[in-house]
Amino acid sequence: MAGKDQAKRSEDAHKLKKRNFWSGVLFGIGSMAFVDEVIFHQLLQWHHFYDLATPQVGIFADGLLNSFAWFAAVGGLFLFADLRRRQAANMRYWIASILIGAGAFQLFDGIIDHKVFRTHQIRYQVELWPYDLSWNLFGAALLIAGIILAKSAKERRSV
Amino acid sequence: MIHHYLGPVEPWFQLVAALLLVWAMIFYPMLSIWTNERYKNWPMHRYVCWFAGVIVAGASLVGPLANAAHTSFSAHMTGHLLLGMLAPLLLLHGKPLALVMRALPTNAARRLIRLMNSRFISFASHPVSTALLNFGGLFVLYRTDLFIWMHQSTWVYALVHIHVLFAGYLFTWSILHGDLTIHRHSFRLRAAVLIVALASHKVLAKLLYAMPPAGVTTSDGEMGALIMYYGGDVIDLALIILFCYSWYKATAPGRITRAI
Repeated sequence: MAGKDQAKRSEDAHKLKKRNFWSGVLFGIGSMAFVDEVIFHQLLQWHHFYDLATPQVGIFADGLLNSFAWFAAVGGLFLFADLRRRQAANMRYWIASILIGAGAFQLFDGIIDHKVFRTHQIRYQVELWPYDLSWNLFGAALLIAGIILAKSAKERRSV
Repeated sequence: MIHHYLGPVEPWFQLVAALLLVWAMIFYPMLSIWTNERYKNWPMHRYVCWFAGVIVAGASLVGPLANAAHTSFSAHMTGHLLLGMLAPLLLLHGKPLALVMRALPTNAARRLIRLMNSRFISFASHPVSTALLNFGGLFVLYRTDLFIWMHQSTWVYALVHIHVLFAGYLFTWSILHGDLTIHRHSFRLRAAVLIVALASHKVLAKLLYAMPPAGVTTSDGEMGALIMYYGGDVIDLALIILFCYSWYKATAPGRITRAI
């Protein structure tokens, strides 16, 4: 009996640890999409709502990405609330996974959305490559910072 | 301005709509006060949701916004956001089916449940079916000549508006399960359907931005598309929060978790 209980408990702990990671990643994706919308679409107005050069597949991919991002932001926070009420939230690991999610989203947006699907460009009537380069470097920096932090969170726990 | 519009909406439409709305406002509290004698008091917030829902639907069907919607695409789109997204969300939280169940005599309630258990209702109330009905209907309305016919015949106008309200209601219901729900589906499936459905709403808004329906001027079409996109975003957010909150409540620790 005791062995069975222990097995179940460790299985639960594993599930909660995975939930900790995905909660952060989803929230990271959602908040990055939100920052993109507020800063680049609304405040700077560098991005266009629709630039007429977008192929149909680009419109569809962008719509799917945006509605997923909305869902991810809210769902990620509710998952985190669930971890809190189970006293299973690990703050350091959660922040690391937010950075991973945000960085991965920024890279995805910069490479797949802007370059492959050509939904829209970062800015119009300017030399584009410095913008593309800094956009993707910023994404990569977030991603790497997230991975380093996640590693340190893991070491801290195992000590 | 919408140029292809030929005749005004005949007055009987607004009259019938107004009568139905008043009827909904009178019949709902009648049922609940009557059933309060035998059951727990019907909670106040459900009255609030129901009345708010009826008023929102009313604003898009009767009065100045409905009149403006006939000549302006932006007004038309505002009306559709109210009728197809906001009103269903509010009406659903009035739990009309639960109220009707409470009021019906046992035998009639049993018959209604038997009907709802039928294979047709099971198919029709599946999230995928309701999403297709709701968003497929929108694609048909804005990408075919239906949009012009709607402005030429009051009958088509009435049918389109009934469809928008009911399809929106069924979709919201099948995602949130807010009212009494017999055919329930997993959170995962509903989340996936919700994401794809909201995406198709955004896609349609962008297509309308690029190519407004026949007879709509470019600036009016762009404004309407932006209202559809960003107005839709606000209501989408409410829908997503309510959906996730229902997950949060259903999976509370210590609670016997239901598979769905």
